[in-house]
Amino acid sequence: MGYTPEMKELIKRVEATRAERVERTRRGEYFPAMTLDERAEVLGRFHPDYKEAGRRAVKVGPNKGDVYPEEFVEQLEAYPRIHPDRVDFGALPTSETDVLVIGGGGAGSSAALRAAENGCRVVLATKLRHGDANTVMAEGGIQGADQEVDSPYFHYLDVIGGGHFTNRPELVAALTHDAPLVMSWLESLGMMFDKEPDGRMRVRHGGGTSRKRMHSAGDMTGSEIMRVLRDEVRNRPDAIEVMEFSAAVELLKDAQGRACGALLYNLETEAYFVVRARAVVLATGGFGRLHVQGFATTNHYGATADGLVLGYRAGVSLDFMHSTQYHPTGAAFPEQNVGLLITEKVRGLGANLVNIDGEQFVFEREPRDVESAAIIRECVERARGVTTPVGRLGVWLDSPMIEELEGPGTVERELPAKFVQFMRYGIDIRKEPMLVYPTLHYQNGGLKITADAETSVPGLFAAGEVTGGVHGENRLMGNSLLDITVFGRRAGTNAAAYAQNLEDGPGEPALDHVRAFIADLEAGGVGRDRISPMLIPDYTTPEVRQRQLTAHYLGTLR
Amino acid sequence: MSAQPNEKVQVIASGDRTILPEGTRMIPVYIMGKKYLLPETLTIQKAIEYAGYQFIRACGCRGGICGACPTVWRVKGDYQLHFGLACQTVIEEEMVLAQLPFFPANKAVYDLEQLQATGEAIASLYPEVMKCVGCNTCTRACPMDIDVMEYINAAMRGDVARTARVSFDCIQCGLCSARCPAQIAHYHVAQLCRRLYGRYVLPRAEHLASRVDEIQAGKYDGFLEELTRMDEDQLRKLYVEREVEPLDSEGWEPGDKRYL
Ligand SMILES: Cc1cc2nc3c(=O)[nH]c(=O)nc-3n(C[C@H](O)[C@H](O)[C@H](O)COP(=O)(O)OP(=O)(O)OC[C@H]3O[C@@H](n4cnc5c(N)ncnc54)[C@H](O)[C@@H]3O)c2cc1C
Ligand code: SF4
Ligand code: SF4
Repeated sequence: MGYTPEMKELIKRVEATRAERVERTRRGEYFPAMTLDERAEVLGRFHPDYKEAGRRAVKVGPNKGDVYPEEFVEQLEAYPRIHPDRVDFGALPTSETDVLVIGGGGAGSSAALRAAENGCRVVLATKLRHGDANTVMAEGGIQGADQEVDSPYFHYLDVIGGGHFTNRPELVAALTHDAPLVMSWLESLGMMFDKEPDGRMRVRHGGGTSRKRMHSAGDMTGSEIMRVLRDEVRNRPDAIEVMEFSAAVELLKDAQGRACGALLYNLETEAYFVVRARAVVLATGGFGRLHVQGFATTNHYGATADGLVLGYRAGVSLDFMHSTQYHPTGAAFPEQNVGLLITEKVRGLGANLVNIDGEQFVFEREPRDVESAAIIRECVERARGVTTPVGRLGVWLDSPMIEELEGPGTVERELPAKFVQFMRYGIDIRKEPMLVYPTLHYQNGGLKITADAETSVPGLFAAGEVTGGVHGENRLMGNSLLDITVFGRRAGTNAAAYAQNLEDGPGEPALDHVRAFIADLEAGGVGRDRISPMLIPDYTTPEVRQRQLTAHYLGTLR
Repeated sequence: MSAQPNEKVQVIASGDRTILPEGTRMIPVYIMGKKYLLPETLTIQKAIEYAGYQFIRACGCRGGICGACPTVWRVKGDYQLHFGLACQTVIEEEMVLAQLPFFPANKAVYDLEQLQATGEAIASLYPEVMKCVGCNTCTRACPMDIDVMEYINAAMRGDVARTARVSFDCIQCGLCSARCPAQIAHYHVAQLCRRLYGRYVLPRAEHLASRVDEIQAGKYDGFLEELTRMDEDQLRKLYVEREVEPLDSEGWEPGDKRYL
């Protein structure tokens, strides 16, 4: 338990430089921030998004020729879990609804509520439990320009500047326009926002904000949003049916190419079934569990890119999928904590990032992508990282500085969860630094949508982390919880309107688009053994797998 | 400490799959009574995976906040029952464990707009709270160290605010409700109280209500429209020149108020 004797020895080097670093921080002297050119250089050479190795062009589908992380391309260039010829729509159990929402995180739940409020019957199908999602994990907060010194105008500038001016303008306008509406909606649903005694929202700055507009509910903002939305969904059993452990494995289209439901898979009984719908909302979240380039992840168990695969096969193109957010400070030790998010707040409270010799090598408040690249450079090129007993790399995040700067008790008060999470393994972060390395955090890109959350397929809407364009090439903290509620609501409202205006209803469901996709795969020479959507990652050890002599894996799923 | 990653590491150095240091000790752990030798220091969750299971149930965020993996265990030879989250608890020698990924608990269906933040609302939707016998079993079962009995007692008194605040860290894992002799669905009671508190007890944010009015009146439509039509150079200029609210902003006002 705790650090190994070798690591403890190394920590002495960090301690040796600490007093001087604390003094410098007190004097307000920081490690110099990079110039724009320096940033470009370190990004170009070390950020996984910019490196050629580990990325390749996709051979099939709407984005043919675009270059993405290999692990993701392997999901796109893969055969369906079930061949369309084996799907007999006459035989499979089928239910009908107005709006089918796929994915029970924040975006899907918002969509389901809005569709129901607009008079539709809704099925919310989700892979794990309702709420087992990235949404529940968000700690930091949600942005919205509601203060008098702020407005959607400044929020817009911050979002698009943070995204390196690449974001889709109409999506940014929708995001910032609706933000106060969403805050107000959540408030009326009884969300416990952090407030002043007079009811004023308590707001803070976040990375890249020009005004304080980070709203929170303790350090459980996403969890609180999810709890409230889930409870409200369950208050409407007449309008919304929730189907858990029901993963969508294919979208259905009618002869006119309109989305008209999904083929679903009961993860427990392994039986397939069909939900037919007049409109479909995809809200399946991100792809952290693909472990791009072997990176650990902060994401939940079901973040496996399923919705991207389904949408792509149905003909929706991808936007910004070349861009991935690595959070600079993921835990690298102990092994049990690997990948776990260590919030920016630790650096905000004064902890330095230092190398094996206890030397600073980067300003602590560079943008996330730059900070991550600098850590990778320190470990890989300069070989100034610390190697863990199992061969992972990391640099020190010198948390003991916090109490020296801010006084005793600060760590337990401000970082209660992190304190406990390390204490469990015999590491007292008040006295010993944490070993960190970038971790796969957020999928910046995704399915291309309009400001009304429509995709290019009629009747198919998409919202949340599964979409791309809102954040361009870099998302600021607090804008994703906002994204999922804003576009989740828009998707629900617009899907309901679409469903109600559909005169003759959708035609018979078919999987011809999947057949065509298979033909493309075959023409592209893609090997038969690749299967997607992944649904669930596989963490079986190779040794056990070797002994599973009669086990049958379809993709990663046993 | 090996400075070089050895070959074994490269084979399995993938994401969440644990890599074991040389010489890791294997300890006996009983998964639902069946013995496995598992590497010490793994969490229950990773140990079960190491044994060869693939989770469908009992695995969600893997970070201690979703409530999917509540687990109960005893250590052989000790009568005491322990409770925790599989993703947050390290295995111990001779641990005999079972997971409780689901436990039935009634959730009342209600319309928040028709309720008031009173004891009557609680008593009418969850009359069983009145049956609490004060045994404190719920509190002992809570992996989040919440004083569960205290929030149930507050609910019995009709103290919505206290129930809301005391239960705030609840991840709705259901362990308390699995243990309660009075058959109370604690976490649903707590959820009701938190929503009543957020909706009716916490004062409404007036500034937010005014901003909503402004937005609905279309006050910002023109500004946003203008921004969406700008080219990168114009945006870059505005971005660089925008005033930044200071950290300590008591009484601060921006110079440029045209776009507020
Ligand atoms: C640790 C962490 C901290 C974060 N902190 C913040 C923060 O402070 N502020 C912020 O704004 N953002 C934050 N984010 C980002 C934000 O939480 C997510 O981007 C956002 O919640 C995604 O919401 P979503 O509804 O799109 O997807 P999710 O919440 O991930 O929901 C997707 C749902 O779809 C289901 N699903 C997946 N595949 C299928 C399928 N095939 N069929 C059916 N259902 C399926 C999943 O099981 C899941 O329930 C954080 C993220 C993480 C991981
Ligand atoms: S109060 Fe009950 S449901 Fe909530 S975390 Fe504690 S044991 Fe789990
Ligand atoms: S377990 Fe049930 S009866 Fe016992 S104190 Fe808790 S709520 Fe009351």
